[in-house]
Amino acid sequence: MEIFGIPSQALFGQLLIGLINGSFYALLSLGLAVIFGLLNIINFTHGAQYMLGAFVAYLSLTKLGINYWVSLILTPILVGATGMLIERTMLKQLYKLDHLYGLLLTFGLALIIQGLFRHEFGSSGMPYPVPEVFKGAYNTGFMFLPKYRAWVIVASLVVCLSTWYVIERTKLGAYLRAATENPSLVQAFGVNVPRMITLTYGFGVGLAAFAGVMAAPIYQVNPTMGADIIIVVFAVVVIGGMGSIMGAILTGFGLGLIEGLTKVFYPEASSTVIFIIMTIVLLIKPAGLFGTQK
Amino acid sequence: MTTVSTPSLKTQSFTHQWVAFAIMVMVLVIAPIWVYPIFLMKVMCFALFACAFNLLIGFGGLLSFGHAMFLGTAGYAAAHAAKVWGWNPELAVLFATACSGLLALVTGLLAIRRQGIYFAMITLAFSQMVFFFYLQTPFTGGEDGIQSVPRGKLFGVFDLSENSAMYMFVLAIFLAGFALIWRIIYSPFGQILKAIRENQDRAISLGYDTDMFKLIAFVISGALAGTAGATKSLVFQLASLTDVHWSMSGEVVLMTLLGGMGTLFGPVAGAAVIVSMQNYFAQFGAWVTIMQGVIFVVCVLAFRRGIIGEIANWIKKPL
Repeated sequence: MEIFGIPSQALFGQLLIGLINGSFYALLSLGLAVIFGLLNIINFTHGAQYMLGAFVAYLSLTKLGINYWVSLILTPILVGATGMLIERTMLKQLYKLDHLYGLLLTFGLALIIQGLFRHEFGSSGMPYPVPEVFKGAYNTGFMFLPKYRAWVIVASLVVCLSTWYVIERTKLGAYLRAATENPSLVQAFGVNVPRMITLTYGFGVGLAAFAGVMAAPIYQVNPTMGADIIIVVFAVVVIGGMGSIMGAILTGFGLGLIEGLTKVFYPEASSTVIFIIMTIVLLIKPAGLFGTQK
Repeated sequence: MTTVSTPSLKTQSFTHQWVAFAIMVMVLVIAPIWVYPIFLMKVMCFALFACAFNLLIGFGGLLSFGHAMFLGTAGYAAAHAAKVWGWNPELAVLFATACSGLLALVTGLLAIRRQGIYFAMITLAFSQMVFFFYLQTPFTGGEDGIQSVPRGKLFGVFDLSENSAMYMFVLAIFLAGFALIWRIIYSPFGQILKAIRENQDRAISLGYDTDMFKLIAFVISGALAGTAGATKSLVFQLASLTDVHWSMSGEVVLMTLLGGMGTLFGPVAGAAVIVSMQNYFAQFGAWVTIMQGVIFVVCVLAFRRGIIGEIANWIKKPL
C-alpha cells in the first residue's frame, strides 16, 4: 500500500516516531509552562533533569535492581526533590531580580549536571531494556506498533491531561492559577505561596524526570540527551506560547507529528522544521498560537 | 539588568577609562614577549566577541542566547572567501562581518517581536537552526570544517603567515572594534539604548521607536561578533562547527557575566579568564564544563557585578 507515493509502512512508522517525540515535547514543554507560570523563570536545567531521570532509572536498575515500574514512580519524586532543593537554596534568591538571572542560573546548573555525568559515564549511550510486559508489537494491519511505544504515547497523554485537569478544574489548580496572577493577594488569603512555588518547581522537574524514565528504553541513556532536546522544546514553547496548559500539550504533540512527516517527505529539513515553523509563527502571531502578549 | 549606575554624562570624567584603556593596550603590546601569541590572539577574538555581546545585554538589556551563529557564520564566510575565492584577509573579514550583520538583521527582525525570556529562547532556536544548516550544507565541510585557511597577505603586501604580523593585525581589529563599541556606548544612540533598557514604556512615550533601536543594536552586535569570528578563523586557519554550537553562545554569556555586564572592560577581563581556564584545564575534559557551570552559578548568586563591575564599584567610577 502506498500513500502519496510513500509506502504506508514508512509513513506510519515515521508518524509513530513523530508521536513519540511529540509525547516528550509535550511533557517537557508542559513542565516548562507550569514552572514559568508561577516562578517566571525559564528552567534551562529542564533538559538536564530529563537526562537525570533517565540516568536514575538506568542506575537504579543496574546497581540496585529496581525495575521499570518502581522507577517510573520513584525517579520523578527523587529528581523532583532535588529540584525543590535547588529552588529553596538558589532560585529563591532571584525572584526579586531580572528574570534573565533565573535563566542564567539554571543554564549554569545544567552545565554542571551534564558535565558531571559526562565525566562519569563518557558520551556514549547506555541501553535500558524494554520492560518484559512491553516486549513485542501489535500488528494493526497497516503497520507494526511496538507495545512499548504505544505505552509511551498513552502514558504521556494520561499524565498531560491529568495535569491539565488538576490545574484547570480543581481547587488546588485554582489556587495555583490565582497565585500566577497575583501572588501577594493569594498569600493574604492565607495560602502559603512560597511552599506552593517550591512544590510547583518540584512538580515541573518531576515531569521532566518522568519523561526521562519513559525515554530510557527508546533512546539510549546518555549525558547529552537533554541538551539536544531542550532547545527544540524551547522552540515548541515559543510556538505554543506559555499562556495555556492545553496549548503546550497540543503544540508538543502537533509538532512531533509534523517533524515525523517532514522525515518522510523532506528528510533534510527534519531537524530544522520546528525552527522554521517558529519563524512563521513569529511573523504571523508573535505571541504564540495559544499565548497572549503581555 | 543594571549593574553599575552611571552618573550624568556632563559631570562624568573619563580619565580613568582612558588610563584603563592605555594599560590594556600596553599589556597587549608587551605580552607577546612572554605569552604565546596564538593564545593572546584567541583572547582578543573572544574579547571582541564578548564586547559585542555586552553591547546588547549590558546596554540594551537584551539577552541573546544565540550569538554563536554570528561568530560561526563569519568564520565560515571568511574562511570560504580566503580559501576558495582567494581574497585578501581584510576583504575576507569585511565580507564576513557583512554576512553576520545581514544574518543579525533577519533574525533580529523576528526576535525583537518578543521580549525578555522569549527573546533569549528565540535567538537560541535560530542559532540551533543555523547550526543544523551548516552541519548539512556542503561548503562548510560538515564535521571537518574548513581547514588550512590561508591567512594571506594584508592589502596584498604584508604576509600574515608570520605570527607577529598576524598579531598586529588582530590587535588592530580588536582595538578598532573596542573603540567603536566605546564610542557607541557614550553616543546619544547608546544613551537611548540604556533608556530603553531601564524603562521601555517611558522611552516609547518619549517618542522613540524602541524596536528600531533594539534592532540596530542587535545588528551592530551581530556584525561585530562576526568580525571576531572571521578574525578567529584566520588566526586558527580553521572554521568549524564548534563556533556555531549552542555551548559557544553560553560561553560568551559567561565571559560577559564574569567580567561584568554593562561595563566597558568587563567582557575583555571575562574573556581572558575563561580562555585561560580552558587552555590550562583542557586536559581535564568535562571538568571545564563543570567549572564553567559553577562560575555561572556563583556569578548569578553572589557576584552579579562581575570582576570589573566590582572594581568600578570600589573606585566609584564606571569602567
